[in-house]
Amino acid sequence: MAIFSVYVVNKAGGLIYQYDNYVPRAEAEKTFSFPLDLVLKIHDEKAVVSFGQRDGIRVGHAVLSINGVDVNGKHTADGKEIIEYLKDSTNYPVSIRFGRARLSSNEKLMLASMFHSLFAIGSQLSPEVGSSGIEMLETDTFKLHCFQTLTGIKFIVMADPRQAGIDALLRKIYEIYSDFALKNPFYSLEMPIRCELFDQNLKSSLEIAEKAGTFGPGS
Amino acid sequence: MTVHNLYIFDRNGTCLHYSEWNRKKQAGISKEEEYKLMYGMLFSIRSFVSKMSPLDMKDGFLAFQTSRYKLHYYETPTGVKIVMNTDLGVPNCRDVLHQIYSTLYVEYIVKNPLCPLGETLQSELFSSRLESFIRALPFFSARAG
Repeated sequence: MAIFSVYVVNKAGGLIYQYDNYVPRAEAEKTFSFPLDLVLKIHDEKAVVSFGQRDGIRVGHAVLSINGVDVNGKHTADGKEIIEYLKDSTNYPVSIRFGRARLSSNEKLMLASMFHSLFAIGSQLSPEVGSSGIEMLETDTFKLHCFQTLTGIKFIVMADPRQAGIDALLRKIYEIYSDFALKNPFYSLEMPIRCELFDQNLKSSLEIAEKAGTFGPGS
Repeated sequence: MTVHNLYIFDRNGTCLHYSEWNRKKQAGISKEEEYKLMYGMLFSIRSFVSKMSPLDMKDGFLAFQTSRYKLHYYETPTGVKIVMNTDLGVPNCRDVLHQIYSTLYVEYIVKNPLCPLGETLQSELFSSRLESFIRALPFFSARAG
């Protein structure tokens, strides 16, 4: 499993489709007694660890659940502020699950339009004439591949750095988009893609691409 | 294969050093504006990448490529950012950029009491060493024109 997610961005920078294919679990659950030996702070409406990294709990991880019940942003399931709740010694011992915060749909929209601008700046700062925007962005945990069609739609695939065959996959996704979104009489251009056939075909080609781009056992 | 240009930024976004070798196209804005645009882009990419990453990152953003060039990025824990644009054939340059930091920047700037930190670098020694370092790279070969 090594293709993380797919984004489709229209020519204005709006996100019209997003699919999470595989979300790796990087979570740690631990039971704490009073007082809590971690410093939490509110960041982007989430309770995030700001100091006291240990036992797989890293700085930047958010509180995901308390005593097995999922939290809701910076509030517990029953509406109390997480930070206030954890200050109260009567609530201890408490079991807290930490992990990387999942992106909300609003954040996904924002990140998609952010990439749209970065793509344009990437071509403006080119030292060579006739450069496109960012086609591949590499980090140590993932590679982001982007394919822009002649009509300005961007297909973005995030995959494991070792996953091969993403260029072919991007063109396949374009083909699926043309066949099952554009040819759907109920689909209006530039609007979010809600087509069952598009979903199905995208999922099956992601599976095929993951299998075809093999990179040895154990990864 | 070739190297187009190199930027060094400090943690506040000041461009400490800029040099170019085989640059075919200017951005069409003043150099000051260009540095700001470049730093702004890197700043945004860093925040973009840290939000998008499915796992915890160690080195973070490494490089991106377009159809014509590849941008290599290296950042030290103190926030010094070294950016090198090359053509597409150049493989991972992290070691080269780290070497620029450790054998040139640290040796000739940080250890030089006459070089104030946080301002554009005036040191001729640094510039000339950097120039010869880049020209000696295996993938640096000046193309005709």
